[in-house]
Amino acid sequence: MSPAAASPYGRQADPGPPGLVAKLLGFCEELRSEGVAVGTSELLDAFAALEHVPWTSQADFREALAATVAKSQDDRRVFELLFDRYFFRAAEAEAVQHGVTERGEGELGGEGGEAGGERIDMEELRERIREAMLAGDEDAMRDLARLAIAAFGRGEGSGVVGVDVQRIRRTLGLTAGQQPPGEDGTEQPPIDRAQLTGFERHLRRELERDLIERTETLPPSRPLAELDRALPTSPTQDLAAVHRAVSQMKRRLATLGQEQRGRSKGQQVDVRRTMRASLETGGVPLRLRYRPKRPRRPEIYVLCDVSTSVTSASVFFLSVLHALHGSFRKLRSFVFIERISEVTDVFEHERDFAVVAQRISSEGGVADISGYTDYGRVWLEFLTEISDELDPRSTVIVLGDARTNGREPHAEVFAQISERAGRLFWLNPEPKLYWNYGDSVMAAYERYCDGAFECWTTRHLENFVNVVAGGVPAAE
Amino acid sequence: MVDGSVAEVKEALAKVGYLADEPAALVSFLAQRLDKPILVEGPAGVGKTELAKALSRASGRELVRLQCYEGLDEAKAMYEWNYRKQLLRIQAGGESGWSDVQEDIFSTEFLLTRPLMQAISSPEPVVLLIDEIDKTDQEFEAMLLELLSDFQITIPELGQVSATTMPIVVLTSNDSRELTEALKRRCLYLWLDYPGLEREMEIVRLHAPDLPETLARRLVEVIEMVRALDLKKPPSIAESIDWARTLLLMGAEDIDRRTFVQSMSIIVKHRTDIDLVAERVGMKLPEAPSPAG
Repeated sequence: MSPAAASPYGRQADPGPPGLVAKLLGFCEELRSEGVAVGTSELLDAFAALEHVPWTSQADFREALAATVAKSQDDRRVFELLFDRYFFRAAEAEAVQHGVTERGEGELGGEGGEAGGERIDMEELRERIREAMLAGDEDAMRDLARLAIAAFGRGEGSGVVGVDVQRIRRTLGLTAGQQPPGEDGTEQPPIDRAQLTGFERHLRRELERDLIERTETLPPSRPLAELDRALPTSPTQDLAAVHRAVSQMKRRLATLGQEQRGRSKGQQVDVRRTMRASLETGGVPLRLRYRPKRPRRPEIYVLCDVSTSVTSASVFFLSVLHALHGSFRKLRSFVFIERISEVTDVFEHERDFAVVAQRISSEGGVADISGYTDYGRVWLEFLTEISDELDPRSTVIVLGDARTNGREPHAEVFAQISERAGRLFWLNPEPKLYWNYGDSVMAAYERYCDGAFECWTTRHLENFVNVVAGGVPAAE
Repeated sequence: MVDGSVAEVKEALAKVGYLADEPAALVSFLAQRLDKPILVEGPAGVGKTELAKALSRASGRELVRLQCYEGLDEAKAMYEWNYRKQLLRIQAGGESGWSDVQEDIFSTEFLLTRPLMQAISSPEPVVLLIDEIDKTDQEFEAMLLELLSDFQITIPELGQVSATTMPIVVLTSNDSRELTEALKRRCLYLWLDYPGLEREMEIVRLHAPDLPETLARRLVEVIEMVRALDLKKPPSIAESIDWARTLLLMGAEDIDRRTFVQSMSIIVKHRTDIDLVAERVGMKLPEAPSPAG
């Protein structure tokens, strides 16, 4: 078979320019397209590092490359996903180019379902796969995956890799969880989800390889789905991410005032300490001592909408509140629907997020007669309750969707709050596109805010923190 | 020396009591070959600082440690002029001219070296550990850049002080804030995580060799269960080792419910965590055998 012959399936797989350098550059290009910042200096480091590890050892090669180009755990995740895909594709493209196929002479004659002239015993295959999964033996799993595919006949599948993987798995009777007892009645150790996924990955890879070999074309490479690269989510992890963003916010808010005031302006000489220091220099006050500058303590008021229109976002909002309470001591938080209710105590006395959320919903004390938010009333109540304490040093953050349900928005009261407080920010759980549609009166409030942001993921929260700190908004 | 090959680095580290996994050994090896700093990130208590100490022991280099904290500045990290000594010099040399004095008092003799300066001016190569870099301000990070990429420090009065010997630099971070791109770009990146069951068992048995194997296995299994809970402070590797030693002292033969409750405070150190662990893990353990007689 001539490699130059046009494939009946269309354009032949193009392995691109040859050589390791070109491949690595291509790989880094792909990393960049997925948002990993790989600079030229990183590339140079990668090449320098690869000179010191044997390129024949995949583990070392991968680690050396990862240590030089993937500089955070998130980057590392993307790296892992792309590394497998990219070099797998590169190798396959190269194989197609040179007409290398896996079906050697011996296998070509045999029917699918036979390997080495011996029929594959389904029961035995299942047992061996199970053992390999339990032992976590990658090499064995790979071999067994090929054996399993051979048993079902190469190229006889539906042509859709995902469907075939599941078909083979089902036929083999492989399931996660408790295993049926063996033939002699002995109990089998359970297989967990991760082990099964591991085997499925090998199946998928071998099926893909087979497909590429038959069609002699590479399937188009797709950008990583958002789903693949997202961290495995659980509520506690989201909480951790929120906490991280908030602790950054704390630093930013704490240093913000000082930068504006300048460093040397307004410093007070500490006479006592200056005199003491002058003893070292024979009583000559050579060095002035200043009173230590107290970082200005941010005073924060957070108003959080917990009505039904923001139900989906309220867990996120509550976790933001929870994190804020972990970071700031001078923080007062309020929840509101129709009326306002202070929940500072709940957060201060209870650290467990689940309990906090439960207590707020049960005894938050939000006078919830109709269940509809009344922003106007909330501003009025907030102003009468807190107005004396608001001063230019305080920051007010509102978490809500600005949907008034047709009630009076009292924007002029909101303006008063804005006037008294140093800074006023609004975080809206709706996309900007929906603002001011329907009963949303965001525009009325927005002009009194120092900033209004859409915010329903930790990414948005980080963006907000960056803007507050005077930085540039993170690219979406 | 510990820069022969990856396997040799691993072995040398194991010899001084640090069982490195493949990535850790490889990155340590590369750091020495490429003269690049290592940035180690990971949860608290997985042996980030210990890696630097082990590197120092394995290579026979002195360890210079800079513990970072909020508000750490140049004077405490790099150098400071020895102001009193300068003053004495001025008073003592009454006759010499101004230019002589000026030249004299801004010489290395009057410089107080702080860890970073010490690391690069040391005649013997050292291991420099910059611990918990995420605790400092971003300004401090910027200050480190010159040191990390060129191994030199610029003192306005003296000029550049370049490293006479190449230190191995290890920076650790608990990931409490995102470090700047500029810093990351200059480093090799290593993520350390809690070790797997087998490796943790090796570590525990290395540090508590008298512990029977069955008990050690039980111990790491329990530790793993505890880490799987959502705790304020999950037990670190050091705490597993402490617990292993405690069990030895107690003469425990198995980790049953009573032993666990008695010694739990070694691995869990928060009031709320203790309740949670006692409830979730303690209950799963076998009942203590009733004392005979």
